[in-house]
Amino acid sequence: MKCQYCEKPATFHITELTEPNGPKVMHLCEEHARNFLQKEATSPVASVAGALAKQLQLGQTKAELEELDQKECPVCGISFFEFRNTGRLGCPYDYSFFESDLIPLLTNIHDATEHVGKRPRRLAASADSQARMIQLRREMEEAVELEDYERASEIRDELKRMESDLNQPAPEETANGNEDEANSPEGEDQS
Amino acid sequence: MNQETDFNALARNSGEWLRGTGPESDIVISSRIRLARNLADFPFIRRCSDEDRDSIERTVRARMEAIEDWNDIRYIDIEELSEIDRQFLVERQLISREIADADGSRAVAMDPGEQYSVMINEEDHLRIQVMQSGLDLDAAWARIDSLDDQLEGSILYAFHEKYGYLTACPTNVGTGLRVSVMLHLPALVITRQIEKVFRSMQRINVTVRGLYGEGSQYSGDFYQVSNQVTLGHSEKALLSLVGDEVVPQIIQYERKARAFLVEQNQQDLHDDVSRALGILSTAKKISSEETMHYLSKVRMGVNLGLIDDVELATINKLFIHTQPAHLQKLHGRMLGSSDRNVQRASYLQRHLHGEQGEGEFN
Ligand SMILES: [Zn+2]
Ligand SMILES: [Zn+2]
Repeated sequence: MKCQYCEKPATFHITELTEPNGPKVMHLCEEHARNFLQKEATSPVASVAGALAKQLQLGQTKAELEELDQKECPVCGISFFEFRNTGRLGCPYDYSFFESDLIPLLTNIHDATEHVGKRPRRLAASADSQARMIQLRREMEEAVELEDYERASEIRDELKRMESDLNQPAPEETANGNEDEANSPEGEDQS
Repeated sequence: MNQETDFNALARNSGEWLRGTGPESDIVISSRIRLARNLADFPFIRRCSDEDRDSIERTVRARMEAIEDWNDIRYIDIEELSEIDRQFLVERQLISREIADADGSRAVAMDPGEQYSVMINEEDHLRIQVMQSGLDLDAAWARIDSLDDQLEGSILYAFHEKYGYLTACPTNVGTGLRVSVMLHLPALVITRQIEKVFRSMQRINVTVRGLYGEGSQYSGDFYQVSNQVTLGHSEKALLSLVGDEVVPQIIQYERKARAFLVEQNQQDLHDDVSRALGILSTAKKISSEETMHYLSKVRMGVNLGLIDDVELATINKLFIHTQPAHLQKLHGRMLGSSDRNVQRASYLQRHLHGEQGEGEFN
């Protein structure tokens, strides 16, 4: 007997018991049986690529995609092209920076675009202040490399300050005088 | 603590999730939940400099060590491990193949009972994982939720008001949650109904994967069922999809198939599982694939009451302990594949004879 999908001999005979209609038998060669069984085990890269391919079919032109490919995140420097090829983003800010391009992708993958469920109990940092912290950290590393330790420790202090701003449970204030000062969003407008 | 001594002690024990207890443990080996989390003030792993990775590792380690409930935590620097020790942790399901094979600073922290582990610098900065014996997602969730809260107390997570917990790959964004239930489905494989299971999976957004990843259905009849999406559903809803809808249905199919086998050809079945036990306890050389194949049959035999002097926990443990890196750790040195086959056979013999008393299969 031949495989249902090709000329090779069928070595797998799989009986499917669809309850109302009675048993149905499939005859597959080893390769097709294996493909069939493995089909669900898609890698993240494959599912991102797959979802992007669908997006392209849904009306994005090639020229539009080429333009999108060149777009680069100002915080981590990743291009959309690199993301597309690896399936991995470069930093949390990418969700804001590439937002309009990611929404159709999220819809394809999750059939949803909004988080439902657990939230951190602490005040979540705004996308901008998260981006600012990543930039500051990079500047700090550069300062250390240039042996400008004074600048490096200034940046470290600023990072600490930003983190302690966020170090409180959301949304109420605690009645502690020190923290009022820390609450003024110092680094936020700088990015 | 010395990593080497640590590992040898580890090799002689097994994780609590292999106990073979917990609900539905005749079919469900383990329940696992993992959460993907990232630090707010670092780029994702791909874009991290070496300094960033070091700094993440140091920061997270220091913060974990400061958590009071975690003072018995075991912290392992993966970068420093030998190839074989990495493989050992993969076989034990404490770390992923990806983090084992990666470069740069990376680590794993775990409790002594191996019920939870935290991978640092995997695809995301943090991968928190909880394992539980049998089908017990509520218990696993309670535990991981509290671990996550404790970490969040001192680590600022990357979180977006609309998109939730931000992850390196958009397939994990939102809850960052992957729940995986490991099932032993020998009767569905024997009666060739396993495809029906795969089919029903496609409709309801869950993924199925063979445990040992080779893609062959003969690798021991183990299948892992996990949720496919992470965004737009609450953690509870995702747990319920897998734990209350999909898995119980598969369990029911497997039970029916087992009952069918017992009813139709009990003698053949009894013969088959007894031969499997006979081969495992008398062979002088045996490959890893063959071991899995026969252990799977024996496991079913134990669950159907056809073999009554071997413990389920022993069989569960043998699946892990007969894999290459475990054998080599237990033996205390590197072994070629043909030596491993000899050692594996002798290990099986010692453990199965210890259980079943003298002479029954000689
Ligand atoms: Zn074929
Ligand atoms: Zn970025």
